[in-house]
Amino acid sequence: MMLRIALPLALPFAIVAVAFVLLSQTDAYIIRLATTFGMYAALALAWNIIGGIAGYPSFATAAFFGLGAYVTAVAQNLGAPLLVGVGLAGAGAALFAGLLGSAILHLRGKYFAIASLVIAEVLRELTNSWTSVTGGGMGINLPLAKTTLLTQPQLYLAAMLFLAAAATSASMLIDRSRLGVALRCIAQNEDAAQIIGVDTRMAKTWAFVISSLFIGLVGGVYASWVTYIDPTDVYDGAMSVKPILMALLGGVGSVFGPVLGAFAYLLLEELLWRNLLEFHAGILGLLVVLLVLFLPGGLSQIRGVGLVSLPKIWRRAP
Amino acid sequence: MTALLELKGVTKRFRGLEALSDINLSLKSGEIVGLIGPNGAGKTTLVNVITGVHTADAGSITFNGAPIAHMRRDRIARLGVARTFQVVQPFPAMTVLENVTAAALFGGGAASIAEARDAAAHHLAFCGLTDQAGKPAANLTLAGRKRLELAKSLALRPKLLMLDEVNAGLNPAEVDAALELITRIAAQGATILLIEHLMKVVTRTARRLVVLHHGKLIADGPVASVLSDETVVEAYLGRRYAERMAGAGI
Amino acid sequence: MLWLQVLVNGLAVGGLYACIAVGFSLVWGVLNIINILHGSLIVLGGYLAFFAHQYWGINPFLFAPLAGAVMFAGGVALQYCVINHVMARPFLITLLLTFGLNLFLDNSMLALFSADYRKVLLNPAPGVFDLGSIVVPADRIYATLVGLVLISALALLLRFTQFGRAIIAVRMDRDAAALLGVNVRWTYAVAFGLGVFMAGSAGALLSAIFPISPVASAGYLSKAFVICVIGGLGSIPGAVIGGFALGVIESFGALLLGPEHALTLAFVLLIALLAVRPSGLLGRQGFA
Repeated sequence: MMLRIALPLALPFAIVAVAFVLLSQTDAYIIRLATTFGMYAALALAWNIIGGIAGYPSFATAAFFGLGAYVTAVAQNLGAPLLVGVGLAGAGAALFAGLLGSAILHLRGKYFAIASLVIAEVLRELTNSWTSVTGGGMGINLPLAKTTLLTQPQLYLAAMLFLAAAATSASMLIDRSRLGVALRCIAQNEDAAQIIGVDTRMAKTWAFVISSLFIGLVGGVYASWVTYIDPTDVYDGAMSVKPILMALLGGVGSVFGPVLGAFAYLLLEELLWRNLLEFHAGILGLLVVLLVLFLPGGLSQIRGVGLVSLPKIWRRAP
Repeated sequence: MTALLELKGVTKRFRGLEALSDINLSLKSGEIVGLIGPNGAGKTTLVNVITGVHTADAGSITFNGAPIAHMRRDRIARLGVARTFQVVQPFPAMTVLENVTAAALFGGGAASIAEARDAAAHHLAFCGLTDQAGKPAANLTLAGRKRLELAKSLALRPKLLMLDEVNAGLNPAEVDAALELITRIAAQGATILLIEHLMKVVTRTARRLVVLHHGKLIADGPVASVLSDETVVEAYLGRRYAERMAGAGI
Repeated sequence: MLWLQVLVNGLAVGGLYACIAVGFSLVWGVLNIINILHGSLIVLGGYLAFFAHQYWGINPFLFAPLAGAVMFAGGVALQYCVINHVMARPFLITLLLTFGLNLFLDNSMLALFSADYRKVLLNPAPGVFDLGSIVVPADRIYATLVGLVLISALALLLRFTQFGRAIIAVRMDRDAAALLGVNVRWTYAVAFGLGVFMAGSAGALLSAIFPISPVASAGYLSKAFVICVIGGLGSIPGAVIGGFALGVIESFGALLLGPEHALTLAFVLLIALLAVRPSGLLGRQGFA
């Protein structure tokens, strides 16, 4: 019993610690790439909790990402240290998700997708016009974090990898918990889930809150890393879609699929970006189209398609 | 003996049409009651109102002393109200065992997933589904899926079990097997409301019969007296039904 | 008088807004697809009108149906060759597909036309209708009138032509329509084409009123969303009512909160409306 809890808690962090030691002395390009990988993996894992395991296709990733980035930016400009700023980013995003969830989580399918899609637009407009606090469309600068042990790039590599490990642990724990069972029931047949006594509202809200917590944290670290953010950058709609693509690439609803998907996506992105800087968004668009048209696996099911199929973790036969 | 389920003046309208009007019904603990009536009489609506799928427009529903008319369905389920659906509702991508485990975990109050899995295995054995435990629910036959519905309902440890047309679409041998199963469930002490078209099922298992017609409760009493009630038979079950019943020697 | 003026300002763009949304609504209703591409198609229609005016001096209000017709062909081809392959997939997939197409089209327009805002400058300028105490900008009235004419034409097409009946039949029950001999694939393609037609026309109509730029496409898509949710998805009367409603809401929002908050107000309204009444003010109705 202890091992079943301890292993998912310890293993991702152990892997990440080793990776950090190996990567931290390499050149700036590799470190930047690895940091981006940590960010993508954490985002894909976080989306997967609500979008994959619970089957609620959220397009609100950009909203929580941007919110986290701005909460950190404003907090740090008011003098909060890095850790406090990032913590506030996570807390702010989670709190917002809890409130928002009560308004939109009773919507199903397309209606939920639309409602979630609009959230980022609203936040972007508000950020744009609340100039006194956010700097408006001009964006906002963040102070450089004070570091002694690590260089700046090493610090953010460690932070992003840590978040990826934490998101992995959270996914593994959810997968083995009552919450995970409830979410899978909801994804497959929400009415039937209620009839067997699943408190669907509570389960969905938790999934949304946990997912948004991680997205907010990632947004906070991202803002501190790049030291300058503006509304079009952090509330970018592509930020909502990339994690979905990664999860689709790796396997929606599985625990490790999004991590693999994030890696595969990063490789594709790197190959294309470097050669086609001017037209990279167009290429990303083409990539999405090709992926959607030629994604392997069942045509009517998206769960379990991709590199990793549905896990069988709590499926131990009698 | 106090009633387990008590409906008083329950009314439900859909777009002005009264699907249920002023229903008064009381079920005692351990009873098996048959609920019959022609198609569109409001039988499934009644079950939906009791389980919280629909909210009654008027009237009160009390279960085990608690008012449940405005309760969320998952809470009603956890109080011990279980049902099966006319159209079966499994979690298609989960195995049979997982389906029942989920029911035992949430509605059945199991303390852990392991405990729920043990309970589920027990219910699967009871329903004769042990061989199928590892199959995805989507791969079961119709009879198998109906059994799975029953096993899921049992996993909720229900005080009240409403079986909505569990026998629809089954062949005679399967109906007999299902009936035997229902009788065994009843022997464990749950109150059962049997919603049925097939007279054979109702008369073999229920002592008391309730008749719905056009959303109104038109008869309620011992099977024999309700069935011999000319008006019930002729006006509400139709002449052909009456003849069929006569032919079946009832 | 101020209130009346604000109300009129809102109503004046209502028909144009309806035109922006009706194609989106048609594609949603018939193909069951959220067409993220819609906003970029509107912008593309705007560019067609801009260049038609620049090189041939064609008035964009008259050019609107032509812009739509050109784009109709492209829309049919796009649906038939690409989107048709994923019609049976979960909507997350179709949504991602149109999102990808949108990124591609947006970026292509950005590369070809740059992000600069352009606007058709009519000569002589349309001016305003002076109604004594209030004034009505003439360009908005022209756009709204042409928009309503096009919408009416679409409604008549759907109701009275064999092809229109086929589209409605497919919307109601795809399998039954197929059994009755309707070519579902082709019907989907033409329905999508009609949606693109309306987007292109709407773009041409607004090219003389609002600045055109690839970066504006998300804003038009958002307007289409809001209008459809207000009016109820998948119905022409819903799009018209939603269009006028959004015009008035934006107009009063701009007055009360400042013009920069007009769209935000509409979004907040959209979320509130979705939370309370997802099927829209008119509910779900048949298309036509």
